[in-house]
Amino acid sequence: MDTMPKWVDALLVPFISVLIAFLISGVVIVAIGEDPIEAVKLMVTGALGSTYGWGFTLYYATNFIFTGLAVAIAFHARLFNIGGEGQATLGGLGVALACLFIPWPHWTLALIGAMLAGALFGAAWAAIPAYLQAKRGSHIVITTIMFNFIGAAVLNYVLVNQLRPAGSMDPASARFPEATNLPTLHELLAPIGIEFSKAAPANVSLLIALLSCFLLWLLVWRTRLGYEIRAFGHSETAAVYAGISPVRITMIAMLISGALAGMMAINNVMGEAERLVLNSVEGAGFIGIAVALMGRSHPVGVLLAAILFGFLYQGGAELALWTDIPRELIIVIQALVILFTGALDNMVRSPIEKIFLARRRARQAAQAVEPAE
Amino acid sequence: MDFLTLLQVLDSTVRLATPLLLACLAGLFSERAGIFDIGLEGKMLAAAFFSAAVAYVTGSVWIGLLAGVTASLAFSVIHGVASITFRGNQLISGVALNFLAAGLTVLIAQTWFNQGGRTPSLTGNARFEPITLPFAETLQNVPIFGPIYYELISGHSILVYVAALAVPATWYILFRTRFGLRLRAVGENPAAVDTAGVSVVGLRFAAVMICGVLCGLAGAYLATSLSAGFVKDMTAGRGYIALAALIFAKWRPWYALMACLLFGFLEAIANRFQNIEVIGFVIPVQFMQALPYILTVVILAGFVGKAIPPRAGGEPYVKER
Repeated sequence: MDTMPKWVDALLVPFISVLIAFLISGVVIVAIGEDPIEAVKLMVTGALGSTYGWGFTLYYATNFIFTGLAVAIAFHARLFNIGGEGQATLGGLGVALACLFIPWPHWTLALIGAMLAGALFGAAWAAIPAYLQAKRGSHIVITTIMFNFIGAAVLNYVLVNQLRPAGSMDPASARFPEATNLPTLHELLAPIGIEFSKAAPANVSLLIALLSCFLLWLLVWRTRLGYEIRAFGHSETAAVYAGISPVRITMIAMLISGALAGMMAINNVMGEAERLVLNSVEGAGFIGIAVALMGRSHPVGVLLAAILFGFLYQGGAELALWTDIPRELIIVIQALVILFTGALDNMVRSPIEKIFLARRRARQAAQAVEPAE
Repeated sequence: MDFLTLLQVLDSTVRLATPLLLACLAGLFSERAGIFDIGLEGKMLAAAFFSAAVAYVTGSVWIGLLAGVTASLAFSVIHGVASITFRGNQLISGVALNFLAAGLTVLIAQTWFNQGGRTPSLTGNARFEPITLPFAETLQNVPIFGPIYYELISGHSILVYVAALAVPATWYILFRTRFGLRLRAVGENPAAVDTAGVSVVGLRFAAVMICGVLCGLAGAYLATSLSAGFVKDMTAGRGYIALAALIFAKWRPWYALMACLLFGFLEAIANRFQNIEVIGFVIPVQFMQALPYILTVVILAGFVGKAIPPRAGGEPYVKER
């Protein structure tokens, strides 16, 4: 695989894929009778033109960092975790239980407690598919899809029959106590003299997400376990030959994956809604797939892709507000990004590979000719 | 539960099982040829929208059906190009197509009809009307048999009967024709088929196209027969339940019929009774809704007989290694 320089594989190929996806999205906008350039302008001013816009962009990005990292770590072990949605749903339940039933004295302790609860619930929801894949060979893609639906049913049951306050018709939990409310970016940045929008939902979870990126990089590329996960992902037979246990790696990779997806709930449930509602995940688990594919499963790539998708989400909301373009445009863009960076990767990659091969051959031919002269 | 209630529940079982069955058989063709397809949901959704939209505009449900099948086929082509021609990841391609359908249908519906991502309601010839089978009304008063014939067997739309006939047809094509033998072989051992001088790519594309047609029928049934028009996300996970039924049936047509009827029955029960009390113990409705998924996980886990997929499933075929 040394036909191309590293930067081409890591940057140029995904860049071209995303470019194609965006060009087609532009065609879609033209096809529904709107002006794509005007649309992009609106999205940029709406999502990046004010600290209010940035606050929403970063709030969405925080969700996508967690779910993107969750999909990415599973990808490293060549496991496709489509269950991020269900794991984040259950993570929300864990965070809600921790916030509602433990009397926290201060938000810092509440945050740590909620993180642990969310991670625990998310990991538990990933554990069963992981165990079935590792021990019984049940295809993890199918089982995680099934667990998304089962998770939605579990949450529905718990909200309607258990957590709903008496007399309320709304299938949602009670408000979390004041002490568990997380500080927003406004409150964090005010002491150091930076004005940030009060209304935007971005909060301290963003810092946890950035820390997770760094820790995951450390884990995957700087520890023995990370090496084992990558080795297993490259070749299961070689990994087994090297004494790496497939059951252990499958379980660990999926537990980390589920825990990361579950931890997303500190942002959307604890940080934003401050209570548990139905469908609080809003598809972020699936966007994690696009984010991980686009970011080539590298934490830095995931971070950048998550911010891009945060921008698309907030920009899309602005578009829906000011033009006739529905929010669903974002789902189309997301689909195209998954299609071109994931499934049609070879379509972009092989022509580029051919160009580099031809250039190298030409160089080798030139070198072979020179000494003869 | 009295006899008439039972008949009504079974009647809605048949109606709810039909889209599952068509999608399940669609997946059967694709996966037997070695192409995993988690994009059943997206194909159905695309077909549901285009069939309803075109049926509304033209006033003819048949032209709508054609449009729905065409839309589903277009998605099949993308899946084929990505997973067969460019040897991409079949699962990722399926996920992408599901989102593409979820987004595009609402986007286009909003542009064309401006009704919040739905089509206007279909009436008259823009819908598939129930068909009354011969003698259904004259035999209605015959005890036991009369009501069963009148309520349960007669009075469905034509696509229900098409779906029922598709089961023996699928069985015959897959297990009694040369094409079927080759199709199954390409899902188990494509190298052997290639050695015999038969095109692996051609066979797999054929399977993916058949899958597209059947998903098209399933989607058109949802929008023009089961309901009167398209609403956002109207497939509501049926593509995944069909996938579950396929695993439940262990990739066999007759068992697929049984699995789809079972899952249709569960849905019919959950629709009719909210919470069911069994010997003093209340089963919540959410449990009934989750039951198909739970059953599939149990089957996949191999506690009740092992489900083994076609051996070359999910693997792109590369001629030279």
